[in-house]
Amino acid sequence: MEERYLRNLGPLTEAEQALLASKTVFLAGLGGLGGHLLEHMLRLGVGAIVAADGDRFTPSNLNRQLLATEDNLGQPKAQAAAERAAAVNPGVRITVVSAPLTAQNRDALLAGCDLALDGLDNLEARRILAAGCDRAGIPLVHGGIRDWCAQVAVIPPGSGLLDRIYPPHLSELSPSGTVSPVPAWCAAVQAAQALCLLCGRPAPLWGKLLAADLLHGEQEILPL
Amino acid sequence: MLEVRLFATLRQGREKVYHLDAAGFPDGTAVLDHLHIPKEEVAIFLRNGFHSPTDTALADGDIVAIFPPTGGG
Repeated sequence: MEERYLRNLGPLTEAEQALLASKTVFLAGLGGLGGHLLEHMLRLGVGAIVAADGDRFTPSNLNRQLLATEDNLGQPKAQAAAERAAAVNPGVRITVVSAPLTAQNRDALLAGCDLALDGLDNLEARRILAAGCDRAGIPLVHGGIRDWCAQVAVIPPGSGLLDRIYPPHLSELSPSGTVSPVPAWCAAVQAAQALCLLCGRPAPLWGKLLAADLLHGEQEILPL
Repeated sequence: MLEVRLFATLRQGREKVYHLDAAGFPDGTAVLDHLHIPKEEVAIFLRNGFHSPTDTALADGDIVAIFPPTGGG
């Protein structure tokens, strides 16, 4: 085993660490959630990451997005993700696409992936991603943030449960603020769910939604 | 009596929990109107723990939980 993974042992077995190296994850979005999700997947040691985001960094990203720095303002987020991957764990094969997830590119991006991580910030793209996961037969690890609040769910393929979280009557959401601990917390919970799935363990939030209010220190788990 | 529990950003400018006389609130829409919660601010509406439409009929003793859409990333 590589020395870089020694401190993963305990929480993970050597067999699980080896299993992780055979897995590929799709990461949709490289903003507040996506930057932290990328970091976790790199340090856990998944085999490969496919990531898509068509945006470039702006100063308003600096309050919460791990990949945003003073030096890369104006640059594509996908480029920053590739650079971060090379700096943290060059053993992870990373494919970055500097384009938004669409119904046209979705199936190609998800091909060969074991699960998808939701780092998106809008309903239209989430619905496209969920439909793609259904077609690919892979679980979607959903995350969403707003204000001081975060939510995480594992959506089984073909379950249609994203509609329970975002019912069809909901149209696009207006942009809202949040603070740095919120995406960090949300992505950590998503990453732990993904880790369970990738290791073949039960994911505690399979078919359930964890809703957290970090301002009041409260959490609720709802069946979906 | 109805117990209405609000979560996340729905708490802004409102209480976490309301106890309402069931006689005045025949369905969820009446509760939303009373609390000035627009329908587009309701993502999940639970009646006694079960996902329900916002216009679901309510009865004395019901517990309602309402969550807003949380969709940023």
